[in-house]
Amino acid sequence: MDLIIPTISQGLLWSVMSIGVYLTFRVLDIADLTVEGSFPLGGAVAAALLTAGYNPITAILIACVAGMLSGVVTGFLHTKLKIPALLAGILSMIALYSVNLRIMGKANLSLLQLDTIFTIFPIPLDNQMMVLLVGFVIVLVVGIINYWFFGTEIGAAIRATGFNQHMIRANGVNTNTTIILGLLMSNGLVAVSGALVAQSNGFADVGMGVGTIVIGLASVIIGEVLFGTKSFRNCLISVVLGSIVYRIVIAIVLQIGMPPNDLKLFTAVLVTLALSMPLFKAKLNDKRRRMAR
Amino acid sequence: MLRVENISKTFNPGTITEKSALNDVSLHLLPGDFVTVIGGNGAGKSTLMNSIAGTFIVDTGKIIIDGNDITKWPEHKRAKFIGRVFQDPMMGTAAGMMIEENLAIASRRGKALSFRWSAPKSERENFRVLLKSLNLGLEDRLESKVGLLSGGQRQALTLLMATMANPKLLLLDEHTAALDPKTAEKVLAITDNIISSRKLTTLMITHNMRDALRFGNRLIMMYNGKIIVDVNGDAKKNLEVQDLLEMFEKASGNEIDSDRMLLN
Repeated sequence: MDLIIPTISQGLLWSVMSIGVYLTFRVLDIADLTVEGSFPLGGAVAAALLTAGYNPITAILIACVAGMLSGVVTGFLHTKLKIPALLAGILSMIALYSVNLRIMGKANLSLLQLDTIFTIFPIPLDNQMMVLLVGFVIVLVVGIINYWFFGTEIGAAIRATGFNQHMIRANGVNTNTTIILGLLMSNGLVAVSGALVAQSNGFADVGMGVGTIVIGLASVIIGEVLFGTKSFRNCLISVVLGSIVYRIVIAIVLQIGMPPNDLKLFTAVLVTLALSMPLFKAKLNDKRRRMAR
Repeated sequence: MLRVENISKTFNPGTITEKSALNDVSLHLLPGDFVTVIGGNGAGKSTLMNSIAGTFIVDTGKIIIDGNDITKWPEHKRAKFIGRVFQDPMMGTAAGMMIEENLAIASRRGKALSFRWSAPKSERENFRVLLKSLNLGLEDRLESKVGLLSGGQRQALTLLMATMANPKLLLLDEHTAALDPKTAEKVLAITDNIISSRKLTTLMITHNMRDALRFGNRLIMMYNGKIIVDVNGDAKKNLEVQDLLEMFEKASGNEIDSDRMLLN
């Protein structure tokens, strides 16, 4: 029972990343692997800045800008250099590994003695509740910003780009610009999430991004299945709840006794099952129809 | 309004699949001209339209709309002047977005996008009036996703979207070919209504000779990347399908090779 609060908090901190993955995977219809690099990038930038004595809020904002830049790089590779999106993301991800090492100066930076976003507010709450509160406030702000942005003319053009590039070009929109903007938004959020997770863990590690995309996809799909996709706002809420449910599932299987080393395998199998659901459903329907005949 | 001067386009030059799709084509449209375009498969109809729309840049020649030389402009920039309806009903709309959102995007064609709300409530009444003119009951479904509409409804909506920001030129690329005959007839009637009431300069590709004769004030026929027949005004009014076939044989030195053209 005492695991409930930290589990939900982790879900909230990681949900910012999941919203980023949602923006590329569902809104832009691109599987963007940059996130595997921009997540630790956020952690690295925030850790380096905190170590240098910067305020945690400044550190998170600069981490966000760094993440946005990494998204722009991927967008440039994809739209201007015509490299397939998947490969463009892989190139950014690999490049960011070196960049992250350079930013931190070593593979792991500890934040244990430093002030973080979870310790600077003079609110009389214990550490656990503080992470929950800060996580909730940040997710709320991120959600509102996204809901607003994707409702504007520019945001609507980005959404339309994901649905139908022919249509939005015929309506006078440069799809290179909208794709780059979408990747910028996405990776900015992923980096913020990386910065938050690093501060909550008490360290940033160059390997902390491994499997980010799969965790993001798991959250997106779990959220969609359990909480619906009626509107853009519904989708945003679903992704956040999906991220929390994912953390609860992980906490449960660990409690049951699954070795932590098997977590990534477990998540990959989970996402594989979820992604192949439509196929199984179609086959099942087909069978039923034949039986009915 | 539209001036196409000596444009040519060769696909895959220097390879075994090299294909000269447009061969020194010139075409001049006056404001309000409604031109129907016919020709067999591979005659260059769609290539002509795509080269005007900017799907690709032509190898030689010039394309001028309303005094603007757009020859080298990218597709999205040309959209300022050009409204388009595609053959595939899926291509003209964003399926996952609401009717209202699609209309809002179309109403801003050619304008710089901003951080203003994309589909403000104040525009709803205007959208309803426009949708009502289609007579398809869409005026009560502003918040339905376009993916739920039938092919005919989607083409009618695309037509509305293509014309709402007052294009200098409307391009229709066999926009009823994927519809059943009854729906096609309905969409054609809507098309004719919009074009004639707003006096839109239009190029309409069709594979149906009777439609090509019924609609518009001018007809061009293409063959092998060239315009081989161009009839206007009264001369067009008096044409019949048989005349078109004879004109084709005379101009091309060939019998009509497309069953699809004949059967229609």
